[in-house]
Amino acid sequence: MKAAVIVFPGTNRERDIADALTLAVGAPPLRVWHGDADMPKVDLIVVPGGFAYGDYLRSGAMAAHSPIMREVVARAKQGVAVLGVCNGFQILTEAGLLPGVLMRNAALKFICRDVHLAVESSQTIFTNRYDAGQVIQVPVAHFDGNYFADDDTVARLEGEGRVAFRYCTPDGAVSSEGNPNGSIRNIAGIYNETKTILGMMPHPENAIRAAQGGEDGKGLFEGLTAALA
Amino acid sequence: MKAKVHITLKQGVLDPQGKAIGHALGALGFDGIEDVRQGKYIEIEIAETDADAARSKVEDMCRKLLANMVIENYTVDIADPAAG
Repeated sequence: MKAAVIVFPGTNRERDIADALTLAVGAPPLRVWHGDADMPKVDLIVVPGGFAYGDYLRSGAMAAHSPIMREVVARAKQGVAVLGVCNGFQILTEAGLLPGVLMRNAALKFICRDVHLAVESSQTIFTNRYDAGQVIQVPVAHFDGNYFADDDTVARLEGEGRVAFRYCTPDGAVSSEGNPNGSIRNIAGIYNETKTILGMMPHPENAIRAAQGGEDGKGLFEGLTAALA
Repeated sequence: MKAKVHITLKQGVLDPQGKAIGHALGALGFDGIEDVRQGKYIEIEIAETDADAARSKVEDMCRKLLANMVIENYTVDIADPAAG
């Protein structure tokens, strides 16, 4: 699997993503600078976390209109797999690749801690190493992670099985108790129609070694490597 | 020509920042705060002499970048320099 990691001014998790991909693939991914209007042919494009362009105006809004994002949108529409994590998720929604928006956390605080996620389905290129209903533990680190979409959009996401992960309690209860940021229906990650694009607020790339407190995020990168090899 | 753009949250979209501002005003002793909604105000100087052309250009800017149409509304006021 050949992967590219997009780097904007203000991106800060590109090394973490590169580390996770290197561990899963056995070779480091390409890094593509935001000003580049094209990139080599790849199987996976990752938009990592950080504060691209300082998150001016709205989180992800400026990055969504950068030259490289036009190329990412074009590749995504051809079916190339795209993963957006945290700020990357915000950028994918602002670029129109995923519906909805990530609003300020309901409690108005930056949240940086481990959370639990329920995996909705194991039948995607991103989640084939997990079981449906499995609870995984990965960290979040965000101010704007409160997923919101109008009722029709949420109904469509639910009806088409496009919710990827939901925040839950350690024992898997999808409740307000397990919801760190106020996201509608506890949504932590969603797919596009073809399930080739995943946007998620939590950081699987920061849970790939026991020394980080857990390895539950590793399966996502291994699953992608297996599916896109 | 100057365009004044107000970006506000749509009805029904929760505004925790507005709520926090309301609480803070109450804590400062301002009575009778019923609701606070916050938003953004943007001024744009635009090289355009026709007010209608300026308005439609700025409305396009709002849809493409300035507002997130999922949660936000916008209003555009074109300041007429002749009217002072």
